[in-house]
Amino acid sequence: MSAFETDGFHHMARAARPRIAAMGLTRRQFAVVLAGGGTALLDADPQTGGPPAGTVSCTFTVNGQAHSVVLDPRVSLLDLLREHLRLTGTKKGCDHGQCGACTVLADGRRINSCLSLAAQHDGDRITTIEGLERNGQLHPVQAAFLDHDGFQCGYCTPGQICSAVALLDEARAGSPSFVTRDLRNNGPIDLTDDEIRERMSGNLCRCGAYPNIVAAVRSLAPPSASRSIEPE
Amino acid sequence: MRPFTYHRAASVTDAVAAVGRPESKFLGGGTNLIDLMKTGVEHPAHLVDVTRVPSAAIEEHAGGLRIGAMARNSDVANHALVRTRYPLLAQALLAGATPQLRNLATVGGNLMQRTRCYYFYDPTLGECNKRNPGSGCGARSGFNRIHAILGASPQCIAVHPSDLCVALAALEAVVQVQGPAGARAIPMADFHRLPGNTPQIDTNLRPEELIVAVDVPPQAAATRSHYLKVRDRNSYAFALVSVAAALDIDGGTIRQARIALGGVAHKPWRVPAAEQALAGQPPGEAAFARAADLLLAGAQPQHDNAFKVELARRSVVRALTVAASQS
Repeated sequence: MSAFETDGFHHMARAARPRIAAMGLTRRQFAVVLAGGGTALLDADPQTGGPPAGTVSCTFTVNGQAHSVVLDPRVSLLDLLREHLRLTGTKKGCDHGQCGACTVLADGRRINSCLSLAAQHDGDRITTIEGLERNGQLHPVQAAFLDHDGFQCGYCTPGQICSAVALLDEARAGSPSFVTRDLRNNGPIDLTDDEIRERMSGNLCRCGAYPNIVAAVRSLAPPSASRSIEPE
Repeated sequence: MRPFTYHRAASVTDAVAAVGRPESKFLGGGTNLIDLMKTGVEHPAHLVDVTRVPSAAIEEHAGGLRIGAMARNSDVANHALVRTRYPLLAQALLAGATPQLRNLATVGGNLMQRTRCYYFYDPTLGECNKRNPGSGCGARSGFNRIHAILGASPQCIAVHPSDLCVALAALEAVVQVQGPAGARAIPMADFHRLPGNTPQIDTNLRPEELIVAVDVPPQAAATRSHYLKVRDRNSYAFALVSVAAALDIDGGTIRQARIALGGVAHKPWRVPAAEQALAGQPPGEAAFARAADLLLAGAQPQHDNAFKVELARRSVVRALTVAASQS
């Protein structure tokens, strides 16, 4: 058995390795992701020889890549992504589930990663803004935000785009919103501007790029009989 | 955030046993509890994650509906049975929070969410009998525009924040719970409590009891219904006043009415006399206004929210009018 185990790959773990080897330590250690997302090498649980007491072992697939980590249970999914996996596209805005800058997809569903403990996503498939492009081709929602200038400073944009990707799937599947008139009709949703605004209400933009964000999403909405007769 | 241990419960029995340790809490979707832990309002030593334990199924049950406690708000709102037979529930759920939050939030957690009273939510504001019993109520003398007009006490004027619970109260749902002493059923009317002298206790759930499901009985009034939410912003805001109204109308006469108010008290507010006063009446503004007066009898506004009494009265009339117009 190696002198220590570094599940996950992190600069702090790499930096600590030679120092500990030089000290001649032979105890099994684990790289533990701490609250806030930093990493420390901690001794194995002396009782079990496994991960330190109080930590949680989890595996995630993030943007198609598998990760095994040992966590302080306080680590939010957002901090795991940004501070440990260095996927800094996902942004920390309010850290209280109010602004939506931290929106990612968990098993295809949009969630606030700041209000979710990473440990609760053991086994989940997470997609962040970095995981949307395919073979160097922007995701259609990314391209639409560029075409329609759907941002100014850009800080909220990764969350807006992840949210919009899920929005289009939800509308296709017929999921209603607060402004959907007939809840009994479970066909695809006619994405009017009112529907788009309501469905994007979990993503704030302090620059006020909302008109262009709505235009970007509208450009990807399936054609609708009721909308096609309206002037552009 | 205070360090805590995390235990992913393997079964309902395991969850109930695990939460028996001092300073333990069940963890659902986390949208309220994790937020409160970040601000320091909640500081459990042990979290028992129950998201993979009680059922998340939504299914027919005894002629009505059984919603597993871990069903996510978005899945309940989108379920065909809910949309066709209990649209009031779907409307109430879709009126709350955002798509991202509804994908995380669970029905069990929704029943357990804490008030959004500013004095409760911010530990830097000293006084709050709910957060720190005996410290006083900062809201009574402070800014209390969003607070209670019914059922408050000198110790607490907070309101319950849920939309779903208002609809569940109107539909006379029953909360199924499991505890160390076994299973029991709690009618929605008895689930939440008024603050009295112990505002730190939100519900009549006993320690270590876990919500496993919510049953919605068959209701003839369930389809002719309306959820009206009045708020400062038309999306992603808590209710100043909300009304869940459901009517069973037969040949121009109201057979049965069910009305619950949100945003006005420490629990969804129902007044059986108001519902009885509508039975046998033709639907119309005169009857609806009488019901509204009965619902708001004894209302005592705070110094910043006298508007809520008239707002609630008009909202009741409007919600009943819209409900009566449904086919």
